[in-house]
Amino acid sequence: MCLGLPGQLIEITDADRHLAVAEVSGVRRVVNIGLLLNDEDDVSVGDWVLIHVGFAMAKIDEEEARSSLEFIEELGSVYDDELAQFGESG
Amino acid sequence: MRFVDEYRDPAAARVLVRRITELAGDQHFKFMEVCGGHTHTIYRHGIEHVLPQNVELVHGPGCPVCVIPMGRVDDAIAVAETPGVIFTSFGDMMRVPGGNGNLLEAKARGADVRLVYSPLDALRIAIENPDRDVVFFAVGFETTAPSTAITLLRAREQHVENFKVFCNHVTIVPPIKAILESPDLRLDGFLGPGHVSTVVGNRPYRFVPEQYGKPLVTAGFEPLDILQAIAMLLAQHREGRCEVENQYTRVVRYEGNVRALEVLVEVFELRPHFEWRGLGFISQSALKLRPDFALWDAELAYSVPGVRVADPKACQCGEVLKGVIKPWECKVFGTACTPETPIGTCMVSSEGACAAYYNFGRLHREAAVTLGRAAVVAS
Repeated sequence: MCLGLPGQLIEITDADRHLAVAEVSGVRRVVNIGLLLNDEDDVSVGDWVLIHVGFAMAKIDEEEARSSLEFIEELGSVYDDELAQFGESG
Repeated sequence: MRFVDEYRDPAAARVLVRRITELAGDQHFKFMEVCGGHTHTIYRHGIEHVLPQNVELVHGPGCPVCVIPMGRVDDAIAVAETPGVIFTSFGDMMRVPGGNGNLLEAKARGADVRLVYSPLDALRIAIENPDRDVVFFAVGFETTAPSTAITLLRAREQHVENFKVFCNHVTIVPPIKAILESPDLRLDGFLGPGHVSTVVGNRPYRFVPEQYGKPLVTAGFEPLDILQAIAMLLAQHREGRCEVENQYTRVVRYEGNVRALEVLVEVFELRPHFEWRGLGFISQSALKLRPDFALWDAELAYSVPGVRVADPKACQCGEVLKGVIKPWECKVFGTACTPETPIGTCMVSSEGACAAYYNFGRLHREAAVTLGRAAVVAS
């Protein structure tokens, strides 16, 4: 819960409600990107973000995304559960 | 995985360990890592055994599941068992024992308890079930609190009045202060939490050097991040500096996520006090809904017992959370208390120190000791 999942933004689906589709390890779901929108550099399709409980909380670069993905994958079953929930509930 | 290798490079690790050894000299240093994610990296990679013996790491209270007191779990179960209620929770909280069992057991007894990944999923369940009350069990530090806040704003906007929040959000600064005030523990500095700092930034930690004279370095989650942050703490000691530094600049900004901090203030206010497992009552350490959101506040909608339940006598989670003892020094560690049958919260959550040590530390301890010696010798 406290560890973010790194995902790449695939599509902005509802700009008014700040919703976008993000992909984490091939699994996609809708996430809220509202917390990154008044940032100096707004997020857009193709960007990598750190996702906590369905909300993008920080913009990250691809290098960081890959390293944190690797870290979370090492959590094993915890990561599998998290990813399954991430996909199912979208 | 070319990128990742850069954070795992054994040659870079050796250089850092050598630097740490030089900086530490013959003095003893004790640093606390506040965040459960750091604890996980430390055990997973046997970092404790790579460090010189006079540089000690102790684990702190930075696991939001671990710090929820038993009485609050009982309150959650009481709400979940209210007829007509759909009770939604993150998976991590389902197996946390209260005085009266856990949420999974309440579900087995017939309560409608559902696992959600996001508070937005709980809101969606409320929209789909207009004749039922849907309660979301909100837990977590500032990493998850803004998500609950946005969900509440959305519920208000869409007039979803059968959605309720049982709020247990806590804040990161008060427990650090409580640990600094604790007479049990002498620390020489902190590894500041990683992901929670993406929200709060580095500004809130300034009191650590300014009022308590201890350095704090916000760190990332890779083994080299941890080693580099330790070297930065030691360098501050050696150079007579004492400040907040950021090792995790690739993710954490000094000012944090400004929009997230704004929604927190809009939706929540500080509770006068809140009980933390192991740390007791800490003033102004947790969030509750502002009166504007009373309609969505589960604590106002239901009779919540609010009884304080003492931890089981055998369980030493309190001492583990304060860093006074290591997980394996607890009397029930790995015998009566395992991830399958946890007695204490630190064994339930994957971010808990006991579960991390149980899953990785035990297995790797011997190997890590060997590796650590090899690394030091090779350096």
